Amino acid sequence: MAKYLIKRIIYLVITLFIIASLTFFLMKFLPGSPFQNEEKLTEDQRVILDEKYGLDKPIPVQYANYMMNVVKGDLGVSFQFDNQPVTKLLKNRMGPSLQLGFQAMFIGTIIGILLGVLAAMFQNTWIDYGSTFLAVLGKSIPSFVFAALLQYVIGVKLGWLPVASWNGFASSIMPTIALAIFPIATAARFMRTELIEVFSSDYITLAKAKGNSRMEVSFKHAIRNGLIPLVTVLGPMAVGLMTGSMVVEKIFAIPGIGEQFVKSIMTNDFPIIMGTTIFFAFLLTVIILIVDILYGIIDPRIRLQGGDKS
Amino acid sequence: MMNVPEKIEKHRFDPAPKDHSDLEKIEKPQLSFGKDAWLRVRKNKAAIVSAVLLLLIVVMAIIGPSLSKFDPYAQNVAHGNLPPRVPVLEDIGIFDGSQKIGGVETNKYEELGIEEYYWFGTDSLGRDLFSRVWVGTRVSLYIALLAAVIDMVIGVVYGLISGFKGGRVDNVMQRILEVISGIPNLIVVILMLLILKPGIMSITIALVITGWIGMARVVRGQVLKLRNQEYILASRTLGASNFRLLFKHLLPNLSGVIIINTMFTIPSAIFFEAFLSFIGIGLQAPEASLGTLIEDGYKTFQFLPHLMVIPCIVICIILIACNLMGDGLRDAFDPKMRD
Amino acid sequence: MKKILEVSDLHISFHTFAGEVQAIRGVNFDLFEGETLAIVGESGSGKSVTTKSIMRLLPPDNSEIKKGKILFKDTDIAQATEKQMQKIRGKDISMIFQDPMTSLNPTMTIGKQIMEPLLKHQKLSKDKARERALKLLDLVGIPKPEIRIKQYPHQFSGGMRQRVVIAIALACAPKVLIADEPTTALDVTIQAQILDLMKELQKQIETSIIFITHDLGVVANVADRVAVMYGGKIVEIGTVDEIFYNPQHPYTWGLISSMPSLDSGDEELFVIPGTPPDLLHPPKGDAFAPRNPYAMKIDLEEEPPMFQVSDTHFAATWLLHPDAPKVDPPAAVKERKAIYQAKQAASLKGGQ
Repeated sequence: MAKYLIKRIIYLVITLFIIASLTFFLMKFLPGSPFQNEEKLTEDQRVILDEKYGLDKPIPVQYANYMMNVVKGDLGVSFQFDNQPVTKLLKNRMGPSLQLGFQAMFIGTIIGILLGVLAAMFQNTWIDYGSTFLAVLGKSIPSFVFAALLQYVIGVKLGWLPVASWNGFASSIMPTIALAIFPIATAARFMRTELIEVFSSDYITLAKAKGNSRMEVSFKHAIRNGLIPLVTVLGPMAVGLMTGSMVVEKIFAIPGIGEQFVKSIMTNDFPIIMGTTIFFAFLLTVIILIVDILYGIIDPRIRLQGGDKS
Repeated sequence: MMNVPEKIEKHRFDPAPKDHSDLEKIEKPQLSFGKDAWLRVRKNKAAIVSAVLLLLIVVMAIIGPSLSKFDPYAQNVAHGNLPPRVPVLEDIGIFDGSQKIGGVETNKYEELGIEEYYWFGTDSLGRDLFSRVWVGTRVSLYIALLAAVIDMVIGVVYGLISGFKGGRVDNVMQRILEVISGIPNLIVVILMLLILKPGIMSITIALVITGWIGMARVVRGQVLKLRNQEYILASRTLGASNFRLLFKHLLPNLSGVIIINTMFTIPSAIFFEAFLSFIGIGLQAPEASLGTLIEDGYKTFQFLPHLMVIPCIVICIILIACNLMGDGLRDAFDPKMRD
Repeated sequence: MKKILEVSDLHISFHTFAGEVQAIRGVNFDLFEGETLAIVGESGSGKSVTTKSIMRLLPPDNSEIKKGKILFKDTDIAQATEKQMQKIRGKDISMIFQDPMTSLNPTMTIGKQIMEPLLKHQKLSKDKARERALKLLDLVGIPKPEIRIKQYPHQFSGGMRQRVVIAIALACAPKVLIADEPTTALDVTIQAQILDLMKELQKQIETSIIFITHDLGVVANVADRVAVMYGGKIVEIGTVDEIFYNPQHPYTWGLISSMPSLDSGDEELFVIPGTPPDLLHPPKGDAFAPRNPYAMKIDLEEEPPMFQVSDTHFAATWLLHPDAPKVDPPAAVKERKAIYQAKQAASLKGGQ
């Protein structure tokens, strides 16, 4: 386990290093990036950039400086928001994004598991078809389409919930739902296939042969075995939520990281784009690592085998 | 337990006519891999309906723009923001060009004395939405297909080499793959689009950069599994060349996973194109794709919902149909589901 | 001897997308108290389906008991409700499966899995059940049960797992134990251990065993009686000696001739030609006829009834009809018959 962990952390560092380098060289050589066309910058900005990255120095020195800053957690300053540090801007915006992300993940996983379990237990009945169809819809319909529809029907036409604002729980309901459809679909599909496989396994037949009822077989034996691998989809789910958060936050005007990111793309605020990129990459790789470790801990089959799955 | 048989004529105890040719006949009807899969897909109604819908949309993407007499790029500001109006249907009170503005029922066509029929209405610049939707679909499908094909080629080649060579080569290739797949694809795609000039090619390239990884993984996994199976060993001991092994034995057995994987990359590429356009780094005006149309429509969504709803419906149909078909194919090709 | 289980005229079909597969086409047999009945036959002959149906463990959505009775203690299992079955399974009838590697729940401790039927059927307290589980582990020959009881299946070897499965099956001292090829997936040395264990435990618990296998060597080792299945039917049934030394059905002849023995030297092993019948379209006459070198015209047209050979020995072949021509069985079978007759003569003399 320790060996596996070290290996994984080394990969994580390499991955982050590549992403950071990539962002640096993009900033450096990107046509139209502020690092390239200094004449586009204001005097203030140029002074700050020169100070920070030593734009007059040779490229290797700049690269080293930049990487040092990234390691220290300094992601530069924003152009659009009065030269505030990107790290501070990210921190300020983290609250709503995290809240929405967790709400969506939590609700989505629970509903998804429920749908998946029902579908597997009543395989080839209308319950199964209904749940599977919902899952296909959730997987297929882009979050921005769904979010816009929700906003139009519930917010504009029916007026039940605030259309686009961020104050209080009520305003978080629609964006949460819009974000949750992806985790719902992912969890439901995964649970269903996993459980169907479990249900056809020998140990389930043995559990039946012991005289367990269908419910006992499902709850004592099958679901636990089906739930364990579900941990592995938490990573892709987090990716999906992050993707979704950009458009959903944009649509519902939520002061989160995603909305800020989309705005900075529109306004060519490169330090924020790059900073957010590195931040997202860091978050995702760490989440995926944690998920893998978690999987090893929960599954007794893997626990003692030293995790030689790759 | 015993029932005594009634009298039986003697001659029936003569030896049965021998037919040796019949002896080793296989009793079950033989099905080729593809035929078997087709039988299964055919049973899946959702997959068949999806295939028909997809075919319809592809046909419309090809001929749709020429069905309308309006040019998808021609602006006519005088005819801006018109709601849909369809002949015949207008007689039964729907799609007759009327709309509610500020709670008042109006019909712009009548007010402005417009004789033309814009089947899906027009956008703010007076461009015909019908022809734009199908041109957009064409572009979206084109990007998706191109990305899927390139993904497939790179992924299959990479996976085949990695899995077939094994050993050191495989090890190095796997480490590379692991690092690349550690980078979230959304981030790579966005970064790439910031460097490349927005356009069909750059979106395709951005999608391909991370898109092939899934295919490479699946193909490698499958090759590793197949490589050690007896029939490959048998063929190897009989002196088959690597080339023959690859093309005669491995590829046909890989076709299932390759088809399924491609079936899932297409909708994901369509989604990403639309997503990128929606957050403003996809195709740029006046270029039309489903993504840009939705983005454009979203700006006036609350007043002119049809501008967004129509391209949304088209993209949803494509994505749902692709996913259902992918599911159907996976069930059909997956030998685990057999029985 | 008392009958414990009575299967009569059992018909089972599977509904597949190719059509109705008639897996079991009229199976009759009785199981007596304390005996071991072996069911032999090639893959697809219906032996597993028969036994799974006794537990009613066939998938309900595509299988169907078309006809027949499975009588156990006044209950017709073929008609029993799911509720009734839950009381029978694990308590009166239990089962051991072929692959010990997959038949234990990977995320549940061995102890919990053994205690489950005890808690369920005997309503023991947790502590009592644990005690009993420890005893069972000891009984099936697992060393250090106090430590083992807390472990998960992946910490056990294949042979050990099969011992655990046996412990689970025997937990409630069932009347009938169904063993579905319990040794096929094990190493030969382990096989013998498991067979010995089963014989030993059978004596202690006084259970009847239905033993499914395609390995005639194993049959000779464990069985009191043998039923030979072919194409969804029992074609011959009798005591071990009758089946091994005085077989009547050409299929049994084939099975016995194809059995390798140490003294068979460099003779070629006998092979039964052809392939098993397609039960999607079952043949009209004797299902074995197309592969039977002794086939007669009537075999192709009419199914043979069960002919009685002795009190305990029945075979379904037209060759036993009084009007049928006498045929010459394969050499291996004749040799065995000779040994058998010599043995019987000897025992008669010794008895006197």
